[in-house]
Amino acid sequence: MTTLWYWLIAVMIAVYVLLDGFDLGAGIIHPYVARNDAECKQALATIGPVWDGNEVWLLAAGGTLYFAFPALYASGFSGFYLPLIIVLWLLILRGISIEFRSHIDSPVWSPLWDFLFSFSSALLAIFYGAALGNVVRGVPLNANGYFFEPLWTNFRVGTNNGILDWYTVLVGLAAYLVLTMHGALWVAWTTDGAVKERARQAAKWAWAGAGIFSVLISAATFWVQPHVLESFQERPYGWALPLIAIAGLTGVYWFLRSPETSGKAFVASCVFLLGMLTSVVFGVYPYVLPSSTGEGYALTIHNASAGAYGLKIGLIWWAIGMTLAAAYFTFVYRQFFGRAARKAAQANH
Amino acid sequence: MSGALDVHRLQFAFTVTFHYIFPQLTMGLALLMLILKTIALKTGDEHYNNAARFWARIFGINFALGVVTGIPMEFQFGTNWAAFSRAAGGVIGQPLAMEGIFSFFLESSFLGLFLFGEKRLGRIGHWFSALAVFIGSWLSGYLIIATNAWMQHPVGYQMGPNGEIMLASFWKLILNPWALWQYAHNMSAAVITGSFVMAATGAFYLLSQRHIEYAKTFVRLGVIVGLIASCAQLFPTGDEQGRMVADNQPATLAAMEGLFQTQRSAPILILGQPDVENQRLENPIEVPSMLSFLTYRQWNSEVRGLDAFPRSDWPDKIPLLYFSYHIMVGLGTLFIALLVFAAFLLWRGRLYHSKPMLWALMVAVPFPYIATTAGWITAEVGRQPWLIYGLMRTSAGISPLVSSGSAWFTLIGFLGMYGVLAILFLFLIYREVEHGPEAADAA
Repeated sequence: MTTLWYWLIAVMIAVYVLLDGFDLGAGIIHPYVARNDAECKQALATIGPVWDGNEVWLLAAGGTLYFAFPALYASGFSGFYLPLIIVLWLLILRGISIEFRSHIDSPVWSPLWDFLFSFSSALLAIFYGAALGNVVRGVPLNANGYFFEPLWTNFRVGTNNGILDWYTVLVGLAAYLVLTMHGALWVAWTTDGAVKERARQAAKWAWAGAGIFSVLISAATFWVQPHVLESFQERPYGWALPLIAIAGLTGVYWFLRSPETSGKAFVASCVFLLGMLTSVVFGVYPYVLPSSTGEGYALTIHNASAGAYGLKIGLIWWAIGMTLAAAYFTFVYRQFFGRAARKAAQANH
Repeated sequence: MSGALDVHRLQFAFTVTFHYIFPQLTMGLALLMLILKTIALKTGDEHYNNAARFWARIFGINFALGVVTGIPMEFQFGTNWAAFSRAAGGVIGQPLAMEGIFSFFLESSFLGLFLFGEKRLGRIGHWFSALAVFIGSWLSGYLIIATNAWMQHPVGYQMGPNGEIMLASFWKLILNPWALWQYAHNMSAAVITGSFVMAATGAFYLLSQRHIEYAKTFVRLGVIVGLIASCAQLFPTGDEQGRMVADNQPATLAAMEGLFQTQRSAPILILGQPDVENQRLENPIEVPSMLSFLTYRQWNSEVRGLDAFPRSDWPDKIPLLYFSYHIMVGLGTLFIALLVFAAFLLWRGRLYHSKPMLWALMVAVPFPYIATTAGWITAEVGRQPWLIYGLMRTSAGISPLVSSGSAWFTLIGFLGMYGVLAILFLFLIYREVEHGPEAADAA
């Protein structure tokens, strides 16, 4: 039961990364791909109607994590106090930037929000990566299951961790590059003309960076957190996950050759992200928060989970709720992007 | 450590108070927009569709701010209140996670359709999207109230081996009797806020002689719906809420009412400042025996005062609690008086020309927000010194390793960030109101 919840939450977080990842990435690159106000609007229109729906996945995943693994939620959120609050501020800044930009047409108003939007999107990508790096590396948990990390200490990986050390900075930069690629591919797929062409160029550069950094962080992870390698050695079928990631990254390169296959390139990028994230989740299991101060203090799916009754009843409403959510998404997607929407657009012309 | 405790409390109080400015309006407006859409569907009168479209734009701005200030609320349970979350997350995490999965997915999916999909959906489809937004926002309200109600009146739980509180009955948690009345009381308050905002906007247009037809609709709908909700606010929901507090949190009731001594035929206080040090009231104006009657339905029944409880169980900010409660009740009473009078003028056909009443409706707009905030301060300060009533003290709930310095850092950051948000919000709302409903139907 706890293993099932571990994976369900992992999937919810992965969906969040896939969805909000493309609007973060689009936010990062839009000042580069759009050179004037019309192009800016074109690029932002591809994420305008969907970004808050994407962020709902963060709330839903957070809530689910809260009830299924309360000890993890308590320990992790209080230990990562500073970076999480900063993430909140960035999310607020980003939300108001994209929402308020369109309210006033002015040569002063829009560029300010464009800059803030891009800046907060970039920092968010880096912080998310650093957070993931912290969870993989492990944190200095005490006997009561709590820890607190300042933003940085001496940038070394050890028992006196800060949020940022060389390893988590590396993961943060990798996340920045990967999400830039992901967002550029989304923009390339959903726009046309000069914006599409520039987005494809950006995606190619980001692809190279993402590839190099993926190799770097994989090697660094095996060194920093030996448990990950052990997981793969104990259950070799898990190697399928990194292979999926490699296939996805290759697919991105392949489909980027032609502007016709931009959509497929974006899907390949989703596959790559999914492969990377599930590899991490598989490698860290059964830990939910490894300890850098001795294995006995680590939080696992067993000592951090809620009672069995709550988990069982939760599974029932979770299944009902997610089925409903899938139905809404299908309906809304059809209304906006489906055949009916295309017909309506044609009728307008 | 008490230094950090105060900062954590202050930060949560500030962020949740600021956050709730927005949902109280969106929940109220969701109902009012649904009423407008229903009238439009039944009569086929495009006027009501245009009116709904204007409010949808106001709704959209408030919704965006509600989302961005709402995420910090969920996060802070973990960041600032880790010991509480570790103990109780298995219980209150249930309604919080359900809120994300059942209401936010519904609300965010259909809000997009409601705001941008009117042409695609057609009349009936668009009405359904308004209904979905209404259900989503009101369901979200219920699940948050269920969370708070469990902290006020914990039910359906059992203690685990390591002191963690485990869920024992899902239905007891969801159908907590406290939650049902608190929800009714809170939602009618949201409708009051929505009605006053709508009526005030209409009054503003009438007084400045713009958008006259829309203005009349806004004033009419605001006054009628506001009057119904204001009456429901007092009776039965306020009355039942008060009796639940009397039954389950008797020390809170005594502090709210400023009742220091246990007595028969206890009076109710209209005015007077509680002097906690000397346990008496300054310049009291009271209605004799009224508190006994309202609480137990008998004029001479005994009501326990603060002297009946150990000082360690007293709420720690009695004057704040006392004044919040009295502000809430006082404003609630004024709302009924004002709206009864406005409804009378409406019935006589004189409301749209009565300048004093239009002025009163217009300047009344901040007061429902103040009343609602005061009501929530009453609920939250009244629960002190408990975080979970009877189970966990507030001082035991904070994150053990977050220093007061870190907490100050983030509190100050939130103050600055929300200050900017408030300025932007007022600016954008002002622009929408200046544009007016006619501009909205052109778009």
